[in-house]
Amino acid sequence: MKKDIILCGVGGQGILSIATVIGKAATEAGINLKQAEVHGMSQRGGDVQSNLRLSTDKIYSDLIPQGGADLIISMEPMESLRYLPYLAKNGTIVTSSKPFINIPNYPDEAALQEELDSLPSVVKLDIESVAKDAGNARGANMVLLGMAAPYLEIITVDQLRKAITAIFARKGEAVVEANLKAFDMGAGR
Amino acid sequence: MNKQLLLGDEAIALGAINAGLSGVYAYPGTPSTEITEFIQNNPEAKARGIHSRWCTNEKTAMEAALGMSYAGKRALVCMKHVGMNVCADAFVNSAITGVNGGLVVLAADDPSMHSSQNEQDSRFYGKFAMVPVFEPSNQQEAYDMMATAFEFSETIKEPIVMRVVTRLAHSRAAVEVNEAKKENPLNICTERWVLLPGIARKRYVDLIDKQPTMEQAAEDSIYNKVEKGGSKKLGIIACGIAYNYVKEAVGDDANILKVSQYPLPAKKVKQLAQENDAILIVEDGQPVVEEQVAGILGAGYPIKGRLTGDLPRTGELNPDNVAKALGKETGSAFDGAKNLAGRPPQLCQGCGHRDVYTALNQVLAEYPDYRVFGDIGCYTLGALPPFKALASCVDMGASITMAKGAADAGLFPSVAIIGDSTFTHSGMTGLLDAVNDKSNITVVISDNLTTGMTGGQDSAGTNKFEAICLGLGVEPEHVRVVVPLPKNMPEITQILKEEIEYNGVSVIIPRRECIQTAARHAREAKRAKEANK
Repeated sequence: MKKDIILCGVGGQGILSIATVIGKAATEAGINLKQAEVHGMSQRGGDVQSNLRLSTDKIYSDLIPQGGADLIISMEPMESLRYLPYLAKNGTIVTSSKPFINIPNYPDEAALQEELDSLPSVVKLDIESVAKDAGNARGANMVLLGMAAPYLEIITVDQLRKAITAIFARKGEAVVEANLKAFDMGAGR
Repeated sequence: MNKQLLLGDEAIALGAINAGLSGVYAYPGTPSTEITEFIQNNPEAKARGIHSRWCTNEKTAMEAALGMSYAGKRALVCMKHVGMNVCADAFVNSAITGVNGGLVVLAADDPSMHSSQNEQDSRFYGKFAMVPVFEPSNQQEAYDMMATAFEFSETIKEPIVMRVVTRLAHSRAAVEVNEAKKENPLNICTERWVLLPGIARKRYVDLIDKQPTMEQAAEDSIYNKVEKGGSKKLGIIACGIAYNYVKEAVGDDANILKVSQYPLPAKKVKQLAQENDAILIVEDGQPVVEEQVAGILGAGYPIKGRLTGDLPRTGELNPDNVAKALGKETGSAFDGAKNLAGRPPQLCQGCGHRDVYTALNQVLAEYPDYRVFGDIGCYTLGALPPFKALASCVDMGASITMAKGAADAGLFPSVAIIGDSTFTHSGMTGLLDAVNDKSNITVVISDNLTTGMTGGQDSAGTNKFEAICLGLGVEPEHVRVVVPLPKNMPEITQILKEEIEYNGVSVIIPRRECIQTAARHAREAKRAKEANK
């Protein structure tokens, strides 16, 4: 079994934290993993992405081929569309529905949502509002991870919750609880 | 043995520590920065007192590492590919002096120029200096090869180049790690490394004489393995991480010579050629191996690669272009999106560089023929909208010297903008030239107290810039310090105007901490305060 995932968003939105949680859960579960990140210049308010590959078999390439991604997990709706050529035919997009507009030529919002809705498998949610409702405004990325959890399949929701607990443990119990709550709300639990 | 999830850079760093490293010498540069940062934060490295402070530039780093090697200890130099140009004098001559303690020169190349100004291939440098090059194909090899490289360096008494690319440096995978070996004891070299012509000629012959040993080591290397399978129509030479893309496309169904240690194992190449009808060379970067294979096999033998158009001539390899070259086309299920706009990187909101460009653009708009020569750092983003302020960005330090040359030619106003870290890296010597010539230039050292673009590393000149400029001979009344904030705009523009009008060298230092490091420092202070409660 394998899951090829593209994580994306805008520099500073916290996509690498999502990768860290999935990475921790996969490692604990004994699943092979490769995760290519982009550091440096592209982080400054530009588009960022990470290729995350999980498999029970050996993984060679650090990068996902075109048409190979089982999942696109995106912190921003337009960014989720940037990697469309990488999405597998039966792949799913899990994305925040709320645009992050820091460029003058951001596309028409209605047309953007329409294009997203025209794709066969898209799950979207205003993750920032959900995170605020959960009392954890900075936890939008964990809401998104929760939304994606049912599609990860190769790792379980319980394994992800354990990974969140382990990763945020050094920041104290309150932070762990807040992130678990955000994750659970995203997962619809 | 235990397993850790490590970036390629981190695997290199831990591999070096566990191989008995005594010092890493480096200047930050994407995608190499995380190697030194890992060593700076590693508990074992701290306990051992392994040197890991940032150097002023790659040349000082290379020379300090060579000094550590002279004293018998293992040293690592790390840089991005273009850093090899900066340290080339020291590096190439270190092959002539030879080494004592193991010396590894790590160059992180950036095919596709994710964060760079070119895609030069550091394997050329290894060949140019006539020393071995290691090119790991994955994170585990990157870790394992550090120990091999240090040992081999001490065996042949030569520096070893380790070349990685962005996709290995910045990709994570599980790595099996072992215990840390002891460091070498102090063992000061008894030879003199005095490269006077008479001595250098002998040393150069020594280096030539070592070539067969290096070639044989590459033939025997466990990292240069042969895999057999499938049709004899095509043999594949897969270098470094190219091996992964090849395996992704063809699995075990191919005849592959994996190359991760150079000089190129010519016997193995010839054998692959004999056993197959043609050879495809898959290498990330420039066609270094492809050119050599053409030489080894001679005209008439069919070779495919980047030069023949079977693979793209520029840009990094990926699973798609490699699969295509192997006749296993991948394909998209969906077309590219219609509602999509580019999102280029930009200066952070609230960054001091923004205020500097606002002021510069405002003042310079009054002159018909001004140019602002740029340099390398976050402030290079001033070339993009909304500022569009820069005429050039070439290499570290070039802003000052290019402004000087253009002023010599008659350009006015001729302005240079350079960051604090870049100024100490390579700007100081150019400023001395300008002072000695009394060139009519205005130099802006936009000081954010850090090396910002690579993530906020210490900057070598912090708190020393006025003293450096005065020491180089800039007149005291033309060294001006301002605080780049919107509320100070009248003062900043007034000072800029005055100094542009001054016929000679002036230096303006807008100084305000990078907002990213300021936020980090505030968080650290808060944590420290809470810990002390």
